[in-house]
Amino acid sequence: MLRKLFLTSALALAGLGLAAPVLAQDGPLRIEITDGVIEPMPFAISTFHDEGGAGELLSQVQNLIAADLTGTGLFREIPSTAHIARPDGFETPVAYEDWKAINAQALITGAVRVEGGKVIVKFRLFDVFAGQPLGDGMQFDASTGNWRRAAHKAADQVYARLTGEGPYFDSRVAFVQESGPKDARRKRIGVMDYDGANVKYLTDDSSLVLAPRFSPDGSKLLYTSFVSGFPKAMMLDVNSLGSRPLADQQGMSFSPRFSPDGRWIVYSLEKNGNTDIYQMDAASGAQRPLTNAPSIETSPSFSPDGSQIVFESDRSGQPQLYIMSASGGEPKRISFGSGRYGTPVWSPRGDMIAFTRQEGGKFHIGVMRTDGSEEKMLTESFLDEGPTWAPNGRVVMFTRVTPGGNGEPRLHSVDITGRNMRPVKLNGAASDPDWGPLLP
Amino acid sequence: MKIIVKFAAIGALLTIAACSRPAQQGPLVNDPYANMNQSGVGVGTLPGTAEHFKATAGDTVLFPVDQSTLTPEARTILANQAGWLNQNQGFAARIEGHADEQGTREYNLALGARRASSVQEYLISQGVASGRLSTVSYGKERPLAICSTEECYTKNRRAQTVVSPGAGM
Repeated sequence: MLRKLFLTSALALAGLGLAAPVLAQDGPLRIEITDGVIEPMPFAISTFHDEGGAGELLSQVQNLIAADLTGTGLFREIPSTAHIARPDGFETPVAYEDWKAINAQALITGAVRVEGGKVIVKFRLFDVFAGQPLGDGMQFDASTGNWRRAAHKAADQVYARLTGEGPYFDSRVAFVQESGPKDARRKRIGVMDYDGANVKYLTDDSSLVLAPRFSPDGSKLLYTSFVSGFPKAMMLDVNSLGSRPLADQQGMSFSPRFSPDGRWIVYSLEKNGNTDIYQMDAASGAQRPLTNAPSIETSPSFSPDGSQIVFESDRSGQPQLYIMSASGGEPKRISFGSGRYGTPVWSPRGDMIAFTRQEGGKFHIGVMRTDGSEEKMLTESFLDEGPTWAPNGRVVMFTRVTPGGNGEPRLHSVDITGRNMRPVKLNGAASDPDWGPLLP
Repeated sequence: MKIIVKFAAIGALLTIAACSRPAQQGPLVNDPYANMNQSGVGVGTLPGTAEHFKATAGDTVLFPVDQSTLTPEARTILANQAGWLNQNQGFAARIEGHADEQGTREYNLALGARRASSVQEYLISQGVASGRLSTVSYGKERPLAICSTEECYTKNRRAQTVVSPGAGM
């Protein structure tokens, strides 16, 4: 488990109370993600201090914090070769002038110690030009095997303080690992850290598996499996790896997803060729239809308050996006553009819906407000599909497939301004990402 | 299947025999079926086998983009499938619906199911007992042709009827 402690000594040293730091007339150091193209904010990480037994973890922790921050595209690290100040220890007062001279706007100091199988990571963040700390110093500890989590937690704090957004680095992503030729693809479910590290496979590839989705607490995954010979919605326990079908039903079931409180599961059920959306009580297994139309209704996703469901339907002739009450009833169409819309997912912030749009021979990942306004395409390629939101609702991950007989899927992420498109560092082909919750 | 293989083997033997003398003057014939027509021996499938179903009725029907309605060509093939199934009551059929890769995974699963169901309904309308038919959708997971052009997509938007001995579901 990971523990965090505020560094009270930092408060004493800085002479600050518990209130947020009040900065100079320019306001707090902050970078706005919603802006258009921006210049990344330059920051420096003063070389971390080994406070006992850190060994290789010292540089690994420091480098991972830097990688998390620069990976957002919002920050640019000033290399240590350019540093003037070389403080002796974590408690050495900050020589602001030395950091100003190399134009570091933000400064991170830190220390790492290993003790009794645990790694302890401490950090402080400073607004260099205001000459003050930015928030309290903090400390995280984790088992040495989980050192990445301690580094992600520290980076999350820095990110949150500098952007005003929620953290997301310390999170896991479920996905489908793919292998073999395009006409006989083998698939298995994996989970990884958000940055592609710590991959673990949860199923074998003996039967097709599709689209895993986390439960709100990350302990379970809903997915679709062909193990019975037919597509069936299944539930997998992430720890025990035990799995079971959701329901014993005629017809195929797929596209399952939890409600934000974990109490309900919505999914698609096909009967006699027609697909509608159903709701299941996760505890009792009791089911009922939420839609009843001769068209295809699929890909349901809850609003974060659990009161509404966005889904796709081709009732108008081509697939478009609709929102209905979580208890069913008449849906309201929210997408009106040309082409086909699918795989809508509601942002955890509640303000936006991400989706796949296919138009003019291209695929896009797009976002729109929940009333359909401010639609914006974030990507364009031969085949992009299936967005999933980072826990802070500021980044989406999706599947990009390359064309042709040797074409294969890879995971990519992009922020909601359409900037910072990048592949997830993962060996081999992968699809259907689902971003899990921020870890405790 | 084994019987078919024997037919093919006999054909091959005849072909090789027929070619053995000319081969001394010309290049060897590598394709054992090359002279099949000249030798007057055809290779065929035995009635009452899955191979025969595929060869005589046709096991696959194609669909236009996004569609699950049956084209006139598809209906002709399905009428033949129904005829075969009505003559071979000991067989059950599993109808596999597929989509091309242009579309999201989940929508394509639903679309494949629609296509399989269209085929199932037509076969039932032609007198095949519903209990002998089952459907499954693979969406875009199992393309027949792997290129990313319309030439391949046309082949992948399909429903394939797979027959096997058995009374059905």
